[in-house]
Amino acid sequence: MIEFQNVGKTYRHEVVALKDINIKIDKGEFVFLVGPSGAGKSTFIKLLLHEEKATSGKIIMNDQDITGVSNRNIPLLRRSIGVIFQDFRLLPNKTVYENVAFAMEIVEAKSRDIRRQVPMVLGLVGLSDKAKKYPNELSGGEMQRVSIARSIINNPSIVIADEPTGNLDPDTAWEIMRVLRHINQRGTTIIMATHAKDIVDIMEQRVIAIEKGTVIRDDKKGVYGYED
Amino acid sequence: MKIKTMGYMVKQGFVGLWRNRGMSIASIGSVTASLLVLGVIITLVINMNNIALMGQSQFDNIQVYLEEKLENDEIDSIGTELESIEGVAYVEYESQDDALEKMKESWGEQGYLLDTLENNPLPNSYIVYFEELEASQTVVHNIQGISGVDEVRYYQDVIDNLINIADFVQLTGLFLIAILGLIAVFIISNTIKITLNARKQEITIMKYVGATNWFIRWPFVIEGMFLGLIGALFALTIVYFAYEYAYNLVYARFYALFAEYIVPADAMLQQISLMFVVLGIGVGVLGSLISMRKHLKV
Repeated sequence: MIEFQNVGKTYRHEVVALKDINIKIDKGEFVFLVGPSGAGKSTFIKLLLHEEKATSGKIIMNDQDITGVSNRNIPLLRRSIGVIFQDFRLLPNKTVYENVAFAMEIVEAKSRDIRRQVPMVLGLVGLSDKAKKYPNELSGGEMQRVSIARSIINNPSIVIADEPTGNLDPDTAWEIMRVLRHINQRGTTIIMATHAKDIVDIMEQRVIAIEKGTVIRDDKKGVYGYED
Repeated sequence: MKIKTMGYMVKQGFVGLWRNRGMSIASIGSVTASLLVLGVIITLVINMNNIALMGQSQFDNIQVYLEEKLENDEIDSIGTELESIEGVAYVEYESQDDALEKMKESWGEQGYLLDTLENNPLPNSYIVYFEELEASQTVVHNIQGISGVDEVRYYQDVIDNLINIADFVQLTGLFLIAILGLIAVFIISNTIKITLNARKQEITIMKYVGATNWFIRWPFVIEGMFLGLIGALFALTIVYFAYEYAYNLVYARFYALFAEYIVPADAMLQQISLMFVVLGIGVGVLGSLISMRKHLKV
C-alpha cells in the first residue's frame, strides 16, 4: 500500500537527503524506522506526509501515484494519514475532548459523528475519564495518548509516529507502544521512527535502517542494531 | 461549505479580532481615517458634479446667430449641417419673429415698447442642444466654421472651470486615498500576522490533519473583512453627521438659494455607503491576503 520506487530527494544547494530508496510496506504492517540523526529519516517521513516532494522516483500510496500530486490535493491525501509527534503538539487551550474533536471539525465531519466517535476513540486509548481535562493537567504518557487518539480519529489507513516515546520514561513508553500495537492490530499500518533500542528489539517487527540517505537494512523481524 | 463550518470561521475571525484588540483598533482607525478623507473628497466631487449637472441642464444649448439676408433654403441647409455635427443632439430654429415674441414675453408689461420698432433688429438663430457637455468645445469650433453663421453664444467658461476644479479635486483626492489605503492595508496585514503567529501551532496541526488551505485561510480573511467593515461603518457615521451639520449650516446662511445645488445628507449617504463598505472590506481582505502570502505557507 506504500511503495517507494527509486525515490531520491535532493534539497537546494545539492544536499542529498535520500537516494534510490526502494521500499514496499503492506497494509497492516508495523515498521520501525531507525538510523542515526540526519541520516534521512525525517526526509522519509516528510515525503510520506507530502511536506516535501521527491526529486526523483515514484511514490505510490493506496494504489495511487502521489509523486506529482498538486498542492490542492495534499490536504485530501493527508486525511488518510495520522501523525504523532515526539512533542505531542496538543492545543493548550482546548480540553482533551476538544483536541481530538478538532481533528474531525477541520475535515468538516458531522456533529453527530463527532459526538459518537470522540468518546469511542478516547476509550480506545484509555482516556475516557480525562475527556474534560486540559493538556497541562495530564502526564506525558496521557498527552501522547491524546495525540494518538487525534491521529486515528479520522480513520486513517496509515499512522506515522515520529519518535513518539522520545520524551517519555520507559514504563510510559511501553504504555504507548501497547496502544500503538493495539491500533496496528485493528488493521492500521504504523510507521514509527525511533531511537529506542529496547523497544525495537523486544517488539520484533520489521526494521528499516536508513543511513546516509539509503536503506542499509530491511529485516522482517529486525533489531535496532545501533549502540545508543 | 457547511453552515457549521461557516460559523466556525466567523467565530475564529472574531477570536482573532478580540485577541489582539490594540492592533485591531489601530487597523480600524486606519481604515476609518482613509475613508474619512475619501468622504471629504467624494462629497465635494458629488456636489460639484451635481452643480455641473444642473448647470448642464441650463447650459446644454447654445444659440447660433445667423447672418442677415440669407435665403430660406440657405437657412435650411445650415440647419441640416448643424444637425450633422458630432455631439449635437438636436437643433431648433428660432426666426427673428419668434425671438421678438420671446423678448416681448420676457419684458412683460413693457413688451409693448417693442411694438414701436419698425424693423426687427434681432437675427435669425438656431438653438443647438449638445449630447454631452464635455464635447461642446469642439462642437462650437465646428459651428464657427459654417458659412452664414454670425456669432455663437455659449457659457463654456463657467462649465469648463467647474469641470476643471472637479477633475483637480478628484485627482489629488485619488492620490491621497491611494496612499492612505496602502497604509491601511499595511496595518491590517500586520494585525493579521499577529493572529497568525498566535495560532501557528493550531495551523500546523490543522495542516497535518488535512485541513484544506482555504479552511485555514478563511478565519483570517474574515478577520480582515471585519476590520475593514467596522472601519467603513465608523467613517460612514462620521461623514454622515459632519455632512449633515455642514449642510444645515449652508442652508441657514444662504437659505434655499444655494442649498438647492447641494445634495442633502440622506441622498449623500445613499450614494456613498455601498462604496465605503466595499472599499473597507476590500482593504481588509487585501491586507489579510498579503499577510498570509508572506507568513502562512499552507
